[in-house]
Amino acid sequence: MYPEKKIEEEKSSEITGELILERKYTRSSLYKDAWKRLKKNKLAMLGLAIVISLMLIAIFANFISPYNPIERIKEEYLLSPSGAHFFGTDLLGRDIFSRVIYGSRISIEVGIIAVGISMFIGLFFGALSGYFGNISDAVIMRVADIFFAFPYILGAIAIMTILGPGIINIFIAIGVLGWAYFARIFRSSILSIKNKEYIEAARALGASNYRIITRHIFPNAMAPIIVYATMNVGTAIIVEAALSFLGIGVQPPTPAWGKMLAESLDYIDIAPWMMLFPGLAIVITVLGFVLLGDGLRDAFDPKLR
Amino acid sequence: MLFYIIRRILQIIPVLIGITLILFTLLYIIPEDPARLILQKGATEQALENLRAKMGIDKPVYVQYWRYLKQLSKGDLGDSYRYRRSVNSILAEHYPNSIKLALAAIFIEIVIGIFAGIVSAVKKYSFWDTLVTISTTLAVCVPIFWLGMMLQVAFGLKLGILPMSGMGDGSISYYILPSITLASVSTAFVARMTRSSMLEVMSNDYIVTAYAKGLSNFKVIVKHALKNALIPVITLIGLDLGAFMGGAILTETVFNWPGVGRVIYLAILQRDAPVVIGGTLILVLIFVFMNLLVDVIYAWLDPRIRYYKKEINI
Repeated sequence: MYPEKKIEEEKSSEITGELILERKYTRSSLYKDAWKRLKKNKLAMLGLAIVISLMLIAIFANFISPYNPIERIKEEYLLSPSGAHFFGTDLLGRDIFSRVIYGSRISIEVGIIAVGISMFIGLFFGALSGYFGNISDAVIMRVADIFFAFPYILGAIAIMTILGPGIINIFIAIGVLGWAYFARIFRSSILSIKNKEYIEAARALGASNYRIITRHIFPNAMAPIIVYATMNVGTAIIVEAALSFLGIGVQPPTPAWGKMLAESLDYIDIAPWMMLFPGLAIVITVLGFVLLGDGLRDAFDPKLR
Repeated sequence: MLFYIIRRILQIIPVLIGITLILFTLLYIIPEDPARLILQKGATEQALENLRAKMGIDKPVYVQYWRYLKQLSKGDLGDSYRYRRSVNSILAEHYPNSIKLALAAIFIEIVIGIFAGIVSAVKKYSFWDTLVTISTTLAVCVPIFWLGMMLQVAFGLKLGILPMSGMGDGSISYYILPSITLASVSTAFVARMTRSSMLEVMSNDYIVTAYAKGLSNFKVIVKHALKNALIPVITLIGLDLGAFMGGAILTETVFNWPGVGRVIYLAILQRDAPVVIGGTLILVLIFVFMNLLVDVIYAWLDPRIRYYKKEINI
């Protein structure tokens, strides 16, 4: 499994006593190995390709979309898909293809920023809870229990009603609700790492708690966090779509996939393309993140396969 | 075992108090005057004052919270701001509909999920295995409200063989589309878990022994492997049942189902705080209780857990 070169290098570092060189090597090797395994996984590469192309579409939306997504062309309402309008037009004569393209911006933004917020809060409390234990552990885990028992969608709806609709509030609602799982994963990673010899060695050398957490525990506990975060982006995108669908998320005329589905509800009999394409866009996007997450999980821990 | 159950029940109490606290604080932030909601437009200032004093909302928030907890301890969830009815009666009217839908969805989840999982494990890497793997991956990615809409168009509109929304006379045909929608994601998870659990069990020595005894394939799979493989799956199903009973807001909205998820959703939009708090509380209570039940059943099904817990005295 290991290339011979690596064994040689380890031996040489042992002999010459170049500890720093060895540490640097082992630290990067987990991620290097994972990347090598990930590259071989075709489905994961498909996921990665979907994710990257989505980001490009979101960034260059203004170059790709043939029409202005909020411009209404009165004569061209409810047109079925054609060469002029790939995905047809909606009731107000807006080009659905352009709206789907622009809609990717909202979804990607929500997916990444909201999960970023969850991750930040979760890692902070997970570290507090796992590393220091005792009272902070008990209190934080009980609060996490409350968040686990609370239905996700319901919580998001409640927060959105209080804060009011809008993209920033969606970041906050989804971000705040999702922290508990990150905290739990990070806590258990820390618990399994914190009594290892190398942590003890760092402590014996006089490293501060902050240094031990950021330099020694963090890099070794990140793998499950990266996997969960990737999958969670998909969940966040679905929740945002649900909120916009229920009318308390992104507000018109901003194009968002969930909102477009809500607008299509009254016309599913005469204009089914209005609901088909935004829905497909959500499915493909989420699929990209799920495949990538699955692949990352296998890549980080080949035993699980 | 009894000690374990009691301990778990005691752990629920702080969670429930925490949830009432969060909900109460959240709804207190909403800058809307309940007295105005109840009396609506045209009420005199004096009438509003009187009502506020009667409801106790002129008092500080901690006094109100304490009052609410006292009332709650008697099983009274308060009165709705919008409808002149008690929250208890509103929930009692809609809960049965949600529970019926949840049971229908669980039925689909068990039958299709477990069957697909077994087939895919027994015929590993076959066409059926690939089919199950692809469809379970896709099912997780489809937003359930979109799936619901697609089913409505396909079976309600184009084919015209199933009703598109509502509960109608309550006949089975009304349940089919909403329960498939509600069950879709969880069925995928059940199928996946059954598959991996079956594969793990099938590699055990006692399965080899069973084959060596000359038992038929069917007997080995159903009588020996399945029994053990289903233990983790049962946990998943139990948790889903807890979640379905309250988490069906999207399905109930798409299908106009008169259930409790929809009631809570409408109450949130109408700022009907007592209905929101009361409904959510019951829903969380069911969820937490199902969690407990699952843990107990798990310990009962798998003696290893039971004895282990005895040893370390949990």
